Amino acid sequence: MKGGEEWQGDKVVAQTFQEISPADFFYRNREIVGFTNPTRAIFSAIRELVENSLDAAEAIQVPPDIYIRLSQDEESKSSRTYTLRVEDNGSGIPPQQVPLSFGQFLVSSKYKLKQARGTFGLGGTMAILYGQITTNKPVCITSSTGGSRIFKYVLMIDIEKNRPVILDRKVLRNRWKWHGTIVEFHLEGDYSKAMPRILDYLKLTAIVNPYADITFVDPKGRLYRFERKSEEVPPPPVETLPHPHGVDVETLQRIIRSTGCNNMLSFMKEHFHRVGEQTARQFLKSAGIDERMNPKSLRPDEIVDLVRAMKNFKDFLPPDASCLSPIGEELMRTGILKELEPRFTAVSQRKPSAYSGHPFIVEVAIAYGGKVPSRNDITLYRFANKIPLMYDESGDVSWKILRSINWRRYGVSPGMPVAVLVHICSTKIPYKTVGKEIIADIPEISREILNGIREVARRLRRYLTRRKHVEQQRRRLSIFSRYLPKIADFSARLGGLEEMPDINRLYKRQVIFRDYKTGNSYVEGETFNAEGYKTILVIAKNKHESNSVNLRVLGLTGSRWRVLIPEVTLEAGAEFYEMLTKRARLLKVQVKSAVRNKPGTVNVFIDGLSE
Amino acid sequence: MGRSVKKRSVSRREVVLRRLESLGRRFCEQIEKGVFPWIEMKSRSTDNIFYSPELRQYVLGDRVVRRSSRIVRHLRPFTQMVWTAYFVKELIRQRKTSTLRDVYYSAQAYDIFFKDQVESDNIITDLETVTGFPREDLNVFPEERSAVFGDLTIEYTVPGYEGRRLNLTSHPDGLMIGPALTNSRLIRTGADKVIVIEKGAMFTRFIEERVYEKFNAILIYTAGQAPRSTRYFIRRLNQEVGLPVYIFTDADPWGMHIAMVIISGSANAAHLRDLTTPDAKWAGVWASDINSYKLPSEGLSDIDIKRLHELSRDPRYKGELWQREIKTFMKIKKKCELEAFSRYGLTHIVDKYLPERLKELET
Repeated sequence: MKGGEEWQGDKVVAQTFQEISPADFFYRNREIVGFTNPTRAIFSAIRELVENSLDAAEAIQVPPDIYIRLSQDEESKSSRTYTLRVEDNGSGIPPQQVPLSFGQFLVSSKYKLKQARGTFGLGGTMAILYGQITTNKPVCITSSTGGSRIFKYVLMIDIEKNRPVILDRKVLRNRWKWHGTIVEFHLEGDYSKAMPRILDYLKLTAIVNPYADITFVDPKGRLYRFERKSEEVPPPPVETLPHPHGVDVETLQRIIRSTGCNNMLSFMKEHFHRVGEQTARQFLKSAGIDERMNPKSLRPDEIVDLVRAMKNFKDFLPPDASCLSPIGEELMRTGILKELEPRFTAVSQRKPSAYSGHPFIVEVAIAYGGKVPSRNDITLYRFANKIPLMYDESGDVSWKILRSINWRRYGVSPGMPVAVLVHICSTKIPYKTVGKEIIADIPEISREILNGIREVARRLRRYLTRRKHVEQQRRRLSIFSRYLPKIADFSARLGGLEEMPDINRLYKRQVIFRDYKTGNSYVEGETFNAEGYKTILVIAKNKHESNSVNLRVLGLTGSRWRVLIPEVTLEAGAEFYEMLTKRARLLKVQVKSAVRNKPGTVNVFIDGLSE
Repeated sequence: MGRSVKKRSVSRREVVLRRLESLGRRFCEQIEKGVFPWIEMKSRSTDNIFYSPELRQYVLGDRVVRRSSRIVRHLRPFTQMVWTAYFVKELIRQRKTSTLRDVYYSAQAYDIFFKDQVESDNIITDLETVTGFPREDLNVFPEERSAVFGDLTIEYTVPGYEGRRLNLTSHPDGLMIGPALTNSRLIRTGADKVIVIEKGAMFTRFIEERVYEKFNAILIYTAGQAPRSTRYFIRRLNQEVGLPVYIFTDADPWGMHIAMVIISGSANAAHLRDLTTPDAKWAGVWASDINSYKLPSEGLSDIDIKRLHELSRDPRYKGELWQREIKTFMKIKKKCELEAFSRYGLTHIVDKYLPERLKELET
């Protein structure tokens, strides 16, 4: 009996250690990649496919055009199923790779050290797998690399074997040299609950990818457009060798297995980032390794020692960030202006830095007013390698830093519409979890985030202080405009004088435009003689209910007209006031319609005060 | 019988009008020169109010404040002051008068706003400080309640009444002391003293008991703290006609202070002259009278005692009589009202107390 029990035990053990395919593994553990529930699943599916599309377009330096359509399949009683279609104009996938890249796990073009949105080609396939297990319907993939043919596959995943099963394959003529990929599949989900997140996600994606054109048609037929505001696609990240500080035992073993080098000196030079002849020599000397030793002869324990020595050696040059592709201050500003329409924004790209051999760049921005929500807390938008992080905000390093800052020092009080954007790009983002939503608190990174936030916050403070000053001046001038004429009037009557004294030398308000309908090109109003006035305020209002106008102010200094207040756009109903900081003898205000043949109606005044 | 009174020598009206107009012209000139209109006036803050032993009243020190229309915070009060100056100039020119409340409402017709009457009263005080004339000279009067009765013939100067004469015994209730009376010419009187009474009941009693005949006095009723026009009128009786002034109030710190304000003025009017009658005398009821006349009394309250302490430190109360009475109050801790004499019959105060006290003070 005893033996029998043992036999039983063996059997149990054998079953437990039964190998499962990667597809099976992810099927069983789908929550770790973001497919926990129908709400989250529908969000994750869109997100994974959009990110693949963005990568595919950037790979060939084409401004991405992405079309997403989510439509509801006929309603069944128990659950709701949707059809998700995502189209892009990216590189396309060579026909022979299509089944593998969508029907098999852990197949990816991204197994190198390079900054990329996804890493393992997991997300897209997971979405399709999730669709298959909830609806038992195949996925349809249409793709072309721009050659003469378009390939259309209908396939399913054999979960146990981790292998694609091709159900249908068609080849079409590519008359228009189209390149790109269309993925269409069915999945179960709950759109009404997922909607706010999806729209937020698309908006944030549009902020960090202002060169992308994203269209989303939701199940109710509503169209959401995130228009392209820049044609400039940032250069794609380049592949790079691993930095010795970031290498682990497994990576080192793989490199040794595949290397063609037969001595340690050339091995170090060949396979590691920023290791030259001299550095390699110094390192090997300090690690006590013979330069001429063949790397393939390293014993397992020696490999472990080598990794440790590499980590501890201080004289490796820091990793080079040229392999990274940050958004860039200009593009980030464009994206923020486009989606948040703030009254003020500041962007700061930090200098490249590195943690554990992985280079990274932190980009921080701050936005105030406009569509930025007014909340009790500052709104935080987090991005990693150009993808928005939407979940578990409170566990993130940026969240922690944001809360550690005394915002009163920067003139920010609760309820003010302030948003902070933090983007981290790196060859390896230090996520806390597999869900890839939370970034861990790495000292090197948090230092850059903190300094970045401080820098943009300082600029916001300058802006707020100045606005406060301008606001005060405006109130001050309006008080003068109310009382000075009365003082003059009653003084004259008190003194028994016939004529009122001329108060223009103290305070002058000149109407530049009154209910003026703007044209397509700049038109200037009356000239304002600014001599003798210390405080000059330009006050404008666009009274039109839908059309915007542009306005700028020019001043005559010496014999030249210079732009003193560069072009500003006044939205419908918007008011504008600004103080002049530069002196000029004469002033001119110019206005025009912001959009051709859509005239706005403006009132413009200039107030001058001799004090 | 009776004596003639000398005419008031200067026409204040013309002086006031010229002063106001020059103010308006000054502002206009400043504006034409590109200067934000400004004016300087003596500061009325408490640290600039001093007691002048020579003048026997409070005066303003040398500290000056500048009100300038270039300062945002001053713009509104400055505008209000210019308007008020214009408004009172028109009042004076048209020989009309107004009350403080009326000024507050009139402003709205000119698109000038006062938050409340306190604000407009303050602006009038500013104008008093700037011009040096009390508001009564600017034809602005508070609501009047005080009255006068006695053998005094006056001649009106107000429009419609010019030259008309009136003897102040002609109405048994007494005559209200208003602008027309304050600015009238004092022609003739048969009286040889002025008796000022705080309480209305006593004023009526004195008329009924023919005190004005028995004691040859002009009776004045202050209705509590004497209004400025009444103080001004008392001063004229004292200075122009040369009549001694005796003041009767309740025997408590508040009554005492009513007498003091008539004599030495208030801190609030430190910017003004000609409102005080330094030679007037507080004739009672004194604290010491409570015991000597066995008057019914009440105990002093905490507030009364606190007030007594304040008064004891007040420079106006330096005099021997004042200090003695303050000490007596503190000692006996009692107070009483003028009406308390009625305990011994309605005429007791007139028959016994008044002659004794007047005799005592006259010697």
